[in-house]
Amino acid sequence: MAFPYITNTEEDRQVMLKAIGVSSSADLFNDIPHEFRNPTLNLPPPVSELELKRELEMLAGKNIDPQGWASFLGAGSYRHYVPSVVGHITGRSEFYTAYTPYQPEISQGTLQTIYEFQSMVSELMGMEVANAGMYDGASALAEAALMACRITGRMSVTVLDTVSPTYIEVLKPYLLPQGVAIDISSSKNLSLKQTTACLIVQQPNFYGFMEDMKAHAAEADAVGALKVVTVDPISLGMLKPPGEYGADVVTAEGQSLGVAQSFGGPYVGLFACKSKHLRQMPGRIVGQTVDSQGRTGYVLTLQTREQHIRRERATSNICTTESLVALATTVYMAALGKRGMQEIATLCYHKAQYAAKQISQLKGFRLTSSSPFFREFTVTCPSAPAEINKYLLSKSIIGGLDVSAKIPNGMLFCVTEVNTRVEIDKLVKELAGFADK
Amino acid sequence: MLINNPKLLEKQRTLLMDVSVAGRRASTTPSMDVPLSDMPPAELLRDDLHFPEVSEPQLIRYFTHLSTLNYGVDSGIYPLGSCTMKYNPKLHEDAVRLPGFANVHPIQPDETAQGALQLMHNLQTYLAEITGTSAVSLAPLAGAHGEFTGLQMFRAYHLEHGQIQRKRVLIPDSAHGTNPATAAMLGFTVTSVATDNDGNVDMDALHKELGTDVVGLMITLPSTLGLFERHIVEICKAVHEAGGLVYGDGANMNALLGQVKPGALGFDVVHLNLHKTFSTPHGGGGPGSGPVCVSETLRDYLPDAVVVKIANNTYKFHRPAKSIGKIAAFNGNFGMLVRAYAYIRILGAEGLKSISENAVINANYVLAKLKGDYLLPYQRLCMHEVIFSAKRQKEHNVRALDVAKRLIDYGFHPPTMYFPLIVEEALMIEPTESEGREGLDAFIDAMLSIAREVEEQPELVRNAPYSAPMTRLDEARAARQPVLRWRADADKQKI
Amino acid sequence: MSDKDKQIPNPRNLKYTKDHEWIRIEPDGTAFIGITDFAQSQLGDIVFLDVPKAGKTLKQFEKFGEVESVKSVSDLFTPVSCEVVDTNKHAIEQPELVNKEPFSNGWLLKVKVKDSSEVASLLSAQEYDGLTGK
Repeated sequence: MAFPYITNTEEDRQVMLKAIGVSSSADLFNDIPHEFRNPTLNLPPPVSELELKRELEMLAGKNIDPQGWASFLGAGSYRHYVPSVVGHITGRSEFYTAYTPYQPEISQGTLQTIYEFQSMVSELMGMEVANAGMYDGASALAEAALMACRITGRMSVTVLDTVSPTYIEVLKPYLLPQGVAIDISSSKNLSLKQTTACLIVQQPNFYGFMEDMKAHAAEADAVGALKVVTVDPISLGMLKPPGEYGADVVTAEGQSLGVAQSFGGPYVGLFACKSKHLRQMPGRIVGQTVDSQGRTGYVLTLQTREQHIRRERATSNICTTESLVALATTVYMAALGKRGMQEIATLCYHKAQYAAKQISQLKGFRLTSSSPFFREFTVTCPSAPAEINKYLLSKSIIGGLDVSAKIPNGMLFCVTEVNTRVEIDKLVKELAGFADK
Repeated sequence: MLINNPKLLEKQRTLLMDVSVAGRRASTTPSMDVPLSDMPPAELLRDDLHFPEVSEPQLIRYFTHLSTLNYGVDSGIYPLGSCTMKYNPKLHEDAVRLPGFANVHPIQPDETAQGALQLMHNLQTYLAEITGTSAVSLAPLAGAHGEFTGLQMFRAYHLEHGQIQRKRVLIPDSAHGTNPATAAMLGFTVTSVATDNDGNVDMDALHKELGTDVVGLMITLPSTLGLFERHIVEICKAVHEAGGLVYGDGANMNALLGQVKPGALGFDVVHLNLHKTFSTPHGGGGPGSGPVCVSETLRDYLPDAVVVKIANNTYKFHRPAKSIGKIAAFNGNFGMLVRAYAYIRILGAEGLKSISENAVINANYVLAKLKGDYLLPYQRLCMHEVIFSAKRQKEHNVRALDVAKRLIDYGFHPPTMYFPLIVEEALMIEPTESEGREGLDAFIDAMLSIAREVEEQPELVRNAPYSAPMTRLDEARAARQPVLRWRADADKQKI
Repeated sequence: MSDKDKQIPNPRNLKYTKDHEWIRIEPDGTAFIGITDFAQSQLGDIVFLDVPKAGKTLKQFEKFGEVESVKSVSDLFTPVSCEVVDTNKHAIEQPELVNKEPFSNGWLLKVKVKDSSEVASLLSAQEYDGLTGK
């Protein structure tokens, strides 16, 4: 049987086997112990492309595509409009079928887009340098914590309890095996020690509200701990970048910058730091140089930090940059540009404020904090959020995240530029309807 | 490639910020349809944002031009050893863009994501079957992340069994750098195990290192030398007898599809690189996907979450009893899972076996045709990739790097160089099953021609390439004076 | 062959380690430490030096730093027990100096020798020649 991804015909194979000097392809596998050879693979029979397309469409059709619904779910993955230019560029196979740019002479496309990415990420965050990208926001934050330990030589980190619970959970497999202690603390009871490598803060925090970064920075500085911040990149179209409040390492989930939500991945972690910490940064870095004719070009650089050279002494085992996803974010940031980034941030802000105002006027709903918030906010509900969400789902609305594990009857709502006023009003009406039931 | 006019090239490659003009834009934003609220206090707001301002045509031309400076699998043969640069089917790219996949929120209620969960469940089942293992988690986001996950499970298993003294991981000296780097991330020490003259693990060396302080062994099968480890069953047995576990780095699974199930050989964990074996595109350095497939011993330790089937043909996420917990924000690189699923469905069992068969034939064909001109360090048949040494060429003061760069002038992507570390001047060629005989013949002719050039005009090879968008780049300069981001002219003194 | 491929003979007045460091003892009991021409040629273009600050005390053959080329990292070991008096700022700023003049302007550390008897355990230039196949 012939398969579309295999070029050799039976005749080709025979000619090649003869050139190799064996009589059959089975002879090529003789090193495999005989009793384990040719196992039965119990897989469904192969299908044609048309049949497969139908099968995939059927599976995709079983999911509720929130694009057709009113959705107010964020919590680490966000629904923003992705301009068409993004897909057209990432869909170019010169980008998506290339490998890591180890051969710079024929990889300038990838290398220069990474350089643009590093430039825009560091500008957005107000930091001196950024790397080429990490797996996602959670692992980027964990790597930042490890980096802080390497820099300070300290073996304990403090993380505010308003950081994403998932991100806090992901810190554990990264930090605990290396003997780094994790102290989870409320900002009220914060007590950093001389042994604290870093203070980890999320801005705006997981529940949507702004942290007092000036106060947190002062506390970290008082004990010589580094300031590690995980941010919402969309918010930085409007909010003060972490570099301006003294952050040492800044990470973010890059998904909201033009990347499909795609049931959780692929995403990209953004990672930036002060240049004095550059040599402790994990991940790939692209730098500018010249070729032998003096023309400007780009190469992977500072590679001695990495696993393929330093092996067990590397800054990390990572060798992926989520390059194609980083490309999507690069095109997105360039397409929005200065004004677009400001406008999207402003839209998110005012729509979220509007939604919060309307919801908190309903009986039994109350904002959990008086701090400013950007595009997410938490309210306490008159009954269990799970029940409310079930009701909303029956009205074609995906509600907010149930955070009652942390805040009694708490629900975390997210509002972006995609949510129209009509949708927000509908949400408010249904919440009122539920309360009146 | 549009390289005829160097001036134009230079101009087109100017960075976006250099061509930025205030007032231009390449996107529109919706109108404000809600009343404005008070802004947050000024001290929370940023003053300015130095982002490019370009029009949509400028933007598209810029990135389109950059794409022409790249070489991808769709451009031609990409024999990059250990990377499995196979063809990436086009249907897959359409499939991941289906709104019912692309727009699904990772934590929307399970009952609203049944299609995605069903696909993941099926894929778990297929990968367990292909690897001969009991259970699978699709959560790891890359191969190295799979290694990280696998060793987390080893750690949890040993802690659970009171074996806290197990701190040492054994790794053959031919291994990929991620193996020792991963072991170090888990707080383990690394002991390198030597390779014997046939390219197998030195069994005496292995036995000497095994003991009650050993966490386990990380081994790549076939090895990074492109060879099937002849002692693999004995190795797994010995490690198990010493109380250790065996980690299978599945980077080279393309050689084994349908030929043998690693789980049957005694592996406790095998990670798969979906971006290698299962054709998901490499994307210029990611995204990848590194599912971990585990034996019965470790199934309860799998990361959060795995997909389970419950009554009424419905599916849900599940956290195994002794789970190592979450290793990333969500549940795996779903877009990659869709592609791998599609690949397995088109090929079925017979097709997968044909993949490995053709991959191995292609590599051995290259071996047979080039062994007269390039030194073959291990005199035996190879699996899906063949490693030569450019030692002979070095006598003419031409290095593996130079041979690789010269291939660019012949229109081919270079092979992997200087890996594995134990082969001097290594050139590692992995044709994959995507290539056909004529294509390989053209590649072989180029390699033979370069071998002649090395003897007759070594200088020509030493300064290659000549026909690429750029000549050799000064990597030392890049590392000595790092310039890592765009800066306005006035600020260029800074990093 | 380019200039940088030319071999520089191992100076007779230096002592060597098998790890390719050299040491030049001055009459006042201080000494200079660097890496050999053989070492720099094996490394290729050196891009970064990680050496300890003045005041650091080191035991004989202890790792004192790292030298990085574009694609390799090598540990540096001190030939004798000593205290670091100074580091070569020029070489740190321009690591190519170590490639160009490894035995002179490309030195790495100036140290105060703790125990001069340790020098006896080092290699002579002739012995080091033998080690590197000269």
